[in-house]
Amino acid sequence: MIKKRSYFKTQTLPYFLILPQLLITAAFFYWPAVQGIVASFQLSDPFGFRSRFVWFDNYIALFRDPLYLKSIETTLLFSGLVAIVSITCGLFLATMANRALRLTSLTRTLLIWPYAIAPAISGILWLFLLHPSYGVVAIGMEKWLGIDWNPLLKSSNAMLMIVLASAWKNISYNFVFFLAGLQAVPHSLIEAAAMDGASPFRRFWAITFPLLSPTMFFVTVMTIIFSFFESFGIIHAVTQGGPGGSTNILVYKVYQDGFIGLNLGSSSAQSVVLMALIILITVLQFKYVERKVQYTG
Amino acid sequence: MSRIKCFWLVVTVIMQISFAGAAFAKPIEINWWHAMRGARGEVVQKIVDGFNSSQSEYKVIPTYKGAYDEVVNAGVAAVRAGKQPHILQSFEVGTQTMMMSGAIYPVYQLMADKGYKIDWSQYLQPVLSYYMNADGNLMSMPFNSSTPVMYYNVDLFKKAGIPMLSKDKPITWDQVGEITGKLVKAGVKGGLVTAWQSWTQIENYSAIHNIPFASKANGYEGLDTKLLINNDKVVNHIARLKRWMGDKRFYYGGQKYQGPKSEFIAQNAGLYIDSISGIAKLKKAVKDFTWDVAPLPVESWMKEPQNSIIGGASLWVFKGLPKQDYAGVAAFLNYLAGNGPQILWHKATGYFPITLTAYNQLKSEGYYKENPLQEVGIKQLTRRIPTKISRGLRLGYFIQIRNIINEELELVWNDSKTPQQALDSAVARSNIKLREFESIYK
Repeated sequence: MIKKRSYFKTQTLPYFLILPQLLITAAFFYWPAVQGIVASFQLSDPFGFRSRFVWFDNYIALFRDPLYLKSIETTLLFSGLVAIVSITCGLFLATMANRALRLTSLTRTLLIWPYAIAPAISGILWLFLLHPSYGVVAIGMEKWLGIDWNPLLKSSNAMLMIVLASAWKNISYNFVFFLAGLQAVPHSLIEAAAMDGASPFRRFWAITFPLLSPTMFFVTVMTIIFSFFESFGIIHAVTQGGPGGSTNILVYKVYQDGFIGLNLGSSSAQSVVLMALIILITVLQFKYVERKVQYTG
Repeated sequence: MSRIKCFWLVVTVIMQISFAGAAFAKPIEINWWHAMRGARGEVVQKIVDGFNSSQSEYKVIPTYKGAYDEVVNAGVAAVRAGKQPHILQSFEVGTQTMMMSGAIYPVYQLMADKGYKIDWSQYLQPVLSYYMNADGNLMSMPFNSSTPVMYYNVDLFKKAGIPMLSKDKPITWDQVGEITGKLVKAGVKGGLVTAWQSWTQIENYSAIHNIPFASKANGYEGLDTKLLINNDKVVNHIARLKRWMGDKRFYYGGQKYQGPKSEFIAQNAGLYIDSISGIAKLKKAVKDFTWDVAPLPVESWMKEPQNSIIGGASLWVFKGLPKQDYAGVAAFLNYLAGNGPQILWHKATGYFPITLTAYNQLKSEGYYKENPLQEVGIKQLTRRIPTKISRGLRLGYFIQIRNIINEELELVWNDSKTPQQALDSAVARSNIKLREFESIYK
C-alpha cells in the first residue's frame, strides 16, 4: 500500500510552522480579548491611574439598565430584519440571474459592487436619499405622496432606513454565494422534475431550495455577524443610535460608552456580553440549523 | 585598508557628525495634538509657524488627530503608554474628565512656575470660568470658544411684516412665539429650528436665566452633584417648544447642526439657533436670501439676563515630560494668548478672542463695524459677570449625559413622553452616570 499521508519527521517543526499564525491570533485576538475581560471586572478612570476590582458590578449595572435590555432587543430586531431582507432579495436576484446566465458576466459584476462600498459610505448614500431635510427621495415622498417621512423623530422610519442601508449592502454578497450555489445544483434533477410535470415554483421549493441549504446556512451566519458588528458604520453615519435610542444596537452602545464616554469598565462588560452572544448564536446555528442542512447533492 | 582601520575611520566620522550636531543644538520639540481640520487646521499651522520663527529654542509640532473624541482617546492611549504629547486639545464636555485625570499640569501653575505673571482679569471671564477649578484657578488654556446665537431670515421677516431684531437687546420667548406665528401664517413651513438642542435649549437656557443645571454649583464644588434640569422653568420651556411643534412654530431638525442648518438654508424655517461658528458656514452656503444674527431670546421675567455659556475646546498640558520642555510649553501658551495670534484666529475662524486686549484692539481697528455679526456672540457672552450658575458646567460623563438629554428630548418631540416625564427620566439616568463617575474617584 502506498502511504498517502505525509508526516513530519520532527515533532517541533509543525508547531514552528504554525507559530506565525498563532502569534498573530494571540496578539490581535486573544490578548485584546483577555484585556477586555479583565477591564470588564474593573472600575477605572480613563487614564488608568486608578482601577479597582469590582467583581461583577459592571455586569449587574448593565443588566439592571432597562436601556441595555432594550438595546439587545433592538439588535435582535435589526439583525433579523437585515437577514430576512438581504437573504430574500439576494436569493431572488440570484435565481433570476441564474436563468439568464449569458448576461451575467456584466450583471454579476454590477451586482457585486455594493458590497465593495464601506458601510459608512453606504449610510451616507442612503442619508442623501432619505434624510427629511436634504434627502431627494424623502422630499419627493412628502411633496407628491404626502407621506410624513421623518427618521429623525420616528423610530420605525429610522429603523427602516438603517435596515435598508445594511441590507442593500449585503444583498450583493448573498447574491454571489447563492449564484454559486445555484450553479452547483445538478440540471438532471430539475429536468427530471420538469418531465414529471412540476411547476417552476415547485421545482424551486422541492429541489433547488433544499440543495441550497448549505449556502443558506453560511449566508445566514455571515449576515447576522455583519449586522451585529459591521453595521456600526451605517448607524454612525445615519442615526447615531437615535431617535431616542431606538436604533442604538449593542455594538454602537459599546462605542458610545467606551470610546466617546470613556466609561471603560461598562464598555468592556458590554463587549464581553456581545462576544458571548455571538458565540451563543453561532453555536446554536451550528447545533440546530446545521442538522437540517444537506451537504450532498 | 585593513578592517580595523576602516572601523576607526567610520567611528571618527560618526563622532564628528554628532559633535557638529551638538554645536547646532536642535530645538526642543513640543507636540500639540488637536482636532482642527481644514481651514481651521491651516490657521493653527500659521499660528505655530509664527511661534516657531519667533525663536529658535523650541519647535511646536501640531498634529491633527481626528475629531474631538478621537483626540481625547489618542491622549488617553498615549498617557497609558507613557508617550503623551505636551499639549492636548480637549472639548469642553471633557473638562471634568481631564481635570480629574491626574495626568495634567494645571496651566495656572505652569505659567506661575515658569515666571509668567498673567493678569487673568484681562481675559474674557465667561471663557476662563468654564475651565477654572472651584478656587478660580485656570486648569487649561481656552483655545476655540463659541456660544450659541439666533440667526434669522431677513427676507422672510420682511415678507411677514416683522421688524428686524436688535443685535444687542435680546427678544423675549413670547416674541419668538409671535414672530414664528406670523412666519407660519405667511406661508413659511416652520418657525424656529435649533441645532445642538441640549447645549442651546437646556444648558444655555439655564445659564442665561441663572437656573442651576446641577447641584454643587453645577458640579464645580463636588463630584456628588445631581442634575436639576427637571425644574419648572426648563420643563415649561420644553413644553412650550412642544406646543409650538403642533402648529409648526417649532420644527425638530436633528440633534446636531446639519439638519437644522439645511432647513434654514432651504428657507423652511425663519429662525435658527446655532453656534456663532455658523456665521462662516451660512456665509458660504446661503446665496438666495439675506440673514442676520441676534442674541438668544430670554424670558420676559428675566430683566437682567446672564451671560450665555461657551462651547468649544481648551488646551491641556500633560505632566511627566522632560523638565526643560515645559518652559517651551509655557512660552508657546503665552504667545498664543497674545494679540497677534488671537486676532488672526478670531478673524479666520469666528471663534472668540480670549483676551479683552485683543477684543479692544479689534474694536479700535473697526473690525466689528465691518463685521457686526461677529460681535453679537461676544456681547451676549460678556454682558454680565458670570455667576456661580452661569460660569459653566462641570460634570463627569458629561458626553453621555448630553446623549441622555438628547434622547429624552427626542422622546418628547415624538410624543412618547411628556416634557416632565422626559426631564425627570433624564435627571434620573444622568444621576446614575454621575454616581458611577464619582465612585471611580472615591
